[in-house]
Amino acid sequence: METISGARALMKALEKEGVKEVFGLPGGANLPMYDELYKSNIRHILVRHEQSAAHMADGFGRVSRKAGVCFATSGPGATNIITGLATAQADSSPMVAITGQVPVNMIGRDAFQESDIIGIANPVVKYSFQPRHASEIPTVVKKGFYIAETGRPGAVLIDIPKDVQQNEAPMEFPEEVKIRGYRPWTDPDVTAIEKAIELLLSSSKPVILAGGGVIISGAFAELQSLAEMLMIPVVTTFKGKGAFQETHPLSVGPIGMHGHAEANKIMTEADCVLAIGTRFSDRSVGKFEEFERNLKIIHLDVDPAEIGKNQTTSIAVVGDVKASLRIFVRLLLQKATKKSDHNVWFEHVTEVKEYWKQNLKLHPGELSAAKILRKLREVLPHQSIVTTEVGQHQMWASLFYDVIHPGTFFSSTGLGTMGWGFPAAIGAKAARPDLPVVDIAGDGSFNMTENSLATSVLDNLPVIVFLVNNNTLGMVAQWQRTFYDRRMIGVDQKRCPDYVKLAESYGAQGIRVGNLEELGNAIKTGLKSDVATVIDIPIDPEEDVLPFVAPGTSLKDMILPS
Amino acid sequence: MWAILSILVENKPGILFKVTHLFRSRNFNIDSISVGTTQNPEFSKMTITTIGDEKQIEQIVKQLDKMIDTIEVKRLDDKKTVYRELVLFRVKVSKASDTMEINNIANSFGARIHDARKDSIMLELTATPDQIDNLQELLSKYEILDIAKTGVAALQRGGD
Repeated sequence: METISGARALMKALEKEGVKEVFGLPGGANLPMYDELYKSNIRHILVRHEQSAAHMADGFGRVSRKAGVCFATSGPGATNIITGLATAQADSSPMVAITGQVPVNMIGRDAFQESDIIGIANPVVKYSFQPRHASEIPTVVKKGFYIAETGRPGAVLIDIPKDVQQNEAPMEFPEEVKIRGYRPWTDPDVTAIEKAIELLLSSSKPVILAGGGVIISGAFAELQSLAEMLMIPVVTTFKGKGAFQETHPLSVGPIGMHGHAEANKIMTEADCVLAIGTRFSDRSVGKFEEFERNLKIIHLDVDPAEIGKNQTTSIAVVGDVKASLRIFVRLLLQKATKKSDHNVWFEHVTEVKEYWKQNLKLHPGELSAAKILRKLREVLPHQSIVTTEVGQHQMWASLFYDVIHPGTFFSSTGLGTMGWGFPAAIGAKAARPDLPVVDIAGDGSFNMTENSLATSVLDNLPVIVFLVNNNTLGMVAQWQRTFYDRRMIGVDQKRCPDYVKLAESYGAQGIRVGNLEELGNAIKTGLKSDVATVIDIPIDPEEDVLPFVAPGTSLKDMILPS
Repeated sequence: MWAILSILVENKPGILFKVTHLFRSRNFNIDSISVGTTQNPEFSKMTITTIGDEKQIEQIVKQLDKMIDTIEVKRLDDKKTVYRELVLFRVKVSKASDTMEINNIANSFGARIHDARKDSIMLELTATPDQIDNLQELLSKYEILDIAKTGVAALQRGGD
């Protein structure tokens, strides 16, 4: 056992977890950590605001399915990461945030830059630790990563008082840890799966609803096999967008408030749903009582607390959804069950899809949402990673950007955090430097974390910001137009800033486009660029996101373009 | 619906905060709560009584079970459980006959008298919350000056 400082032990423990980079910003209470970071092989990626460090770690975690790590100092540094923790936790993204804290003997004395971050963060983390002795650090880090990455992943906070970082102690690094109150996995119940298969086979209008859990567990192949074997159409939640190739004949697209018209239509017609890794959020299913009416629900989830939380289920299978789906496929292969592709339901689904493809009215402008996002899809290589911000552009991305390679689309869907997409894209680029990364952004959201341009440029993490610019807080404006009789307040961004100049001032490139051809060229330029590229795409500020299911109503009640 | 939850937790600082925070953030009610050490110094036991419909109580149990610091969460069947709460009342004595009457009420409930003074009496009762409510109703006639309750402690009969 070697005797080293807590800070040194922290770096060793992170290295043992395979951490290659951390996103962070130093301050008084985490200086000992930074001094050891200086001596370690771990790369530090400097942010301009701690919230962005947390979002970068989140983006890194979603793409790599390994916990992303962020560092912040005590007090305001720590409180600045709260939105990042809450965002990651709401979307079950693995993250380990490590904050400095005032020395143990100063805790509770309202010391300079002291905040009770354990208390503040409690409702928005999966778990938190505050080691009081340096010797605890190796075990705490091991447990932290174990909790963040297993079961339903989430955000873990490790708050380390400054003296605990400085003190030396004999350190023991455990190879594995057991936590007696933590049971991340349950073996799926095979009998329940057998019953579920019977129910699916006896239903005349079955649908698969794929949620974010499919992406988190990487169950793409299993989902596709199951859908193809049974010829069941697949809708997704917005979080589950891209769990299933969206150009596949069985794909109907995301349901929900701004779901695809055909997906909402098919979902409301279905008599049985196999819901995989979803929590039935209000944004996905609309009014809870309406959704479950006349619908038999089979629910697969790793988190037993999600069963029956928002919807009444007929059959529940608790366990990792990938493991559950494998059992489904195995049992179906044994039964040699395969539905013919000439079933009435599938034909109907195909007709409904075709109808909406022909009949959904789109904005006529040259740079309409549908046209620019389809252009992006046309130009981007299939494996490219896309993140989004939050607002109209996000919902247009859901409607008009088809995910072809599963698991390449990421968005802040649960908390709905404006400003998430750009730093998350940078984190994604750190995880997969070999792939193009695009943040589909709106001007309002991009404003919130645009100073991450510095990180992107200086730390050599080039991404494309596809800025759908209506100079407006567009989604709020749409609600004001729809529900508040056009009393527009607090939504006009007044063409400020100039995004081309803004990008250039950070050493990034800014390109303003005026038509689709220029847009295509700008994307190609961005794909080849060594620095971040902000593509400013001016659109009609009055363009609405449609269809639209108003809050508190049923998926049946879609507002359509007039 | 009233339910008794018995929650075995890690005996560490901050767990009570997390459990009560969960109730608040999930919009659940705490009717009473008692916490104490157990025969194993590594664990404490919380007994929480709560009110909600069947679905809510099922959710509470699941959310508590999901907490990493909880070792075991049990919903106790009140028909198979001994559950008791201790209460202290201070009751005002306005006239001489009050003392006698309060003593009689106390006897009928098996309550003990403490600190009998000229102008007030303190009563102690260990009973079910219902019995305590009944006693409180009878005592309210004399003006209750102060109340302190421990919250319910509960153990299932015959082990599990």
